[in-house]
Amino acid sequence: MGPSLSVNQRAMVLSVAMLIVGLLVWEAAIPAQEAAGELTEYERLTGGGAPKAGVPPPSQVLAKAWEQLSDPFYDAGPNDKGIGIQIGYSIYRVLTGYVLAALVAIPAGFLIGMSQVAYKAFNPFIQVLRPISPLAWMPLALFVIQDSEASAIFVIFICSIWPMLINTAFGVAGVRSDWINVARTHELGSLRTAFAVILPAAAPTIITGMRISIGIAWLVIVAAEMLVGGTGIGYYVWNEWNNLDLTSVIFSILVIGVVGMLLDAAFGILQRAVAYAE
Amino acid sequence: MSRPFLSIENLTQTFPDGKGGQLTVFEKASFGIEKGEFVCILGHSGCGKSTIMNILAGLAEPSSGVVKMDGYEVSGPSLDRGVVFQNYSLLPWLSTLKNVTFGVRARYPDWPKAKVEEHARAYLAMVGLEGDTIHRKPSQLSGGMRQRVSIARAFANHPKLLLLDEPFGALDALTRGTIQDELLKIWGGTRQTVFMITHDIDEAILLADRILLMTNGPYARVAESVEITIPRPRSRTGIVEHPNYYAIRNHLVQFLGHRSKELAGRSDAPAAPPERVVIDRTAPGADPDPEAARRLRAVND
Repeated sequence: MGPSLSVNQRAMVLSVAMLIVGLLVWEAAIPAQEAAGELTEYERLTGGGAPKAGVPPPSQVLAKAWEQLSDPFYDAGPNDKGIGIQIGYSIYRVLTGYVLAALVAIPAGFLIGMSQVAYKAFNPFIQVLRPISPLAWMPLALFVIQDSEASAIFVIFICSIWPMLINTAFGVAGVRSDWINVARTHELGSLRTAFAVILPAAAPTIITGMRISIGIAWLVIVAAEMLVGGTGIGYYVWNEWNNLDLTSVIFSILVIGVVGMLLDAAFGILQRAVAYAE
Repeated sequence: MSRPFLSIENLTQTFPDGKGGQLTVFEKASFGIEKGEFVCILGHSGCGKSTIMNILAGLAEPSSGVVKMDGYEVSGPSLDRGVVFQNYSLLPWLSTLKNVTFGVRARYPDWPKAKVEEHARAYLAMVGLEGDTIHRKPSQLSGGMRQRVSIARAFANHPKLLLLDEPFGALDALTRGTIQDELLKIWGGTRQTVFMITHDIDEAILLADRILLMTNGPYARVAESVEITIPRPRSRTGIVEHPNYYAIRNHLVQFLGHRSKELAGRSDAPAAPPERVVIDRTAPGADPDPEAARRLRAVND
């Protein structure tokens, strides 16, 4: 590795090396299952011959991943669905709750940010509601809505709303007065000022809030689905734990990570698109 | 008596002084500007120049007094009064061209897109911005280029009154010179009415038909209106040769150096239009200034 490699190339080589070393250490650390030797009748009756549950080596996880990803959309009953279907349910719930939250938070944040009085009046409520763990709403949601599916979406809604609301209000309140004056001297109406000046000026802050929200929503959906059950990646993890299938558990953990990364990357692209330098 | 195109009548501005009282920045400022006139206002910081400008732009309300343009009282901002701000105030997420079309679209909402763009390009070309430059974002331009865009945006809208708030304050001397020339050129073509704040005496003499002098605040007044008796077209190198140049310049320097202080701080001063000052060494029968002649000799010897 000489100076001919760029920083990115060197970082990639290092990443791959760390991955390989990590996997090898993991593989080596798992003790091989002892071959069942002579068993007494009693041992055979109590299932002593069956392999003991243990943390699987990476080779098994990779084999599982290959098996699952080669047929992601099979449906063999309520407790046996392909990983693609489970992820699909989770993404559907996250996006529904998230879009509803955005539809409320961004216009509301706009109005709160435009008025100093509204900003100060709403702030205490936001500060109290924001730190509440979204799962704490779950019992209330289940009681009021009486539908587990809608309750999960509500939990996503309530956890994604705060970062978007706060960032939108903050971004709108912080738009430089010079730019507002440009709009005023050009006789723009309030609506055109909002869309032509305030929105693009506050867009980087708003998108940052949206990015934080989607991250939180993806964290929360796993826990919410463990509670409400039925479908989704969170339920899948819990179900495989109940089956003591740790290989599937580890595989689904990795899938959760990759999907979360992709969601975040999509907002990263959006963020770069609206960024501007002063 | 015929009213001037723009008339500022008994303008007073007070602000709370933070100790429960009121601070009067300027008081009973009254002056007029004729159509097509280029007027500069000079004064020390704190005399309320920028506040007067904001009131003329409609961005601020005076404590009392009125501003009338074309016989109508000014209230709120309007496309008839274009503003060039000191910090350029370009929208950083729009390209140079889009910053100008933004203004043109607001002024002429009925124009088709192609016409708006053509108009914007023409005005950018007038301040020397052409080619790829007009697709750059303001952050990719130098300070001088940004101010050119801001000037193009203002002129492209054909406002009845153009307000320039220290437009060259943040620029280096060389850039300042080129843009002053461009401003003169574009103004010479349109003959818009211009009201400009500046700190720079030479800049004011080069550009203005008339210079208003303000005393120091609080209780600042517009004390004098000095006519620049140097014929146009003017050039930076040409005006210094003119016999009136140093006489006018000396008068301005003396005012800002001494008399702006001596005349300051009188709350009981009567409301009066600024005293008209005409300095003309070329007029027949004008008494030659023996002082000036002696100084010139001293330089030449």
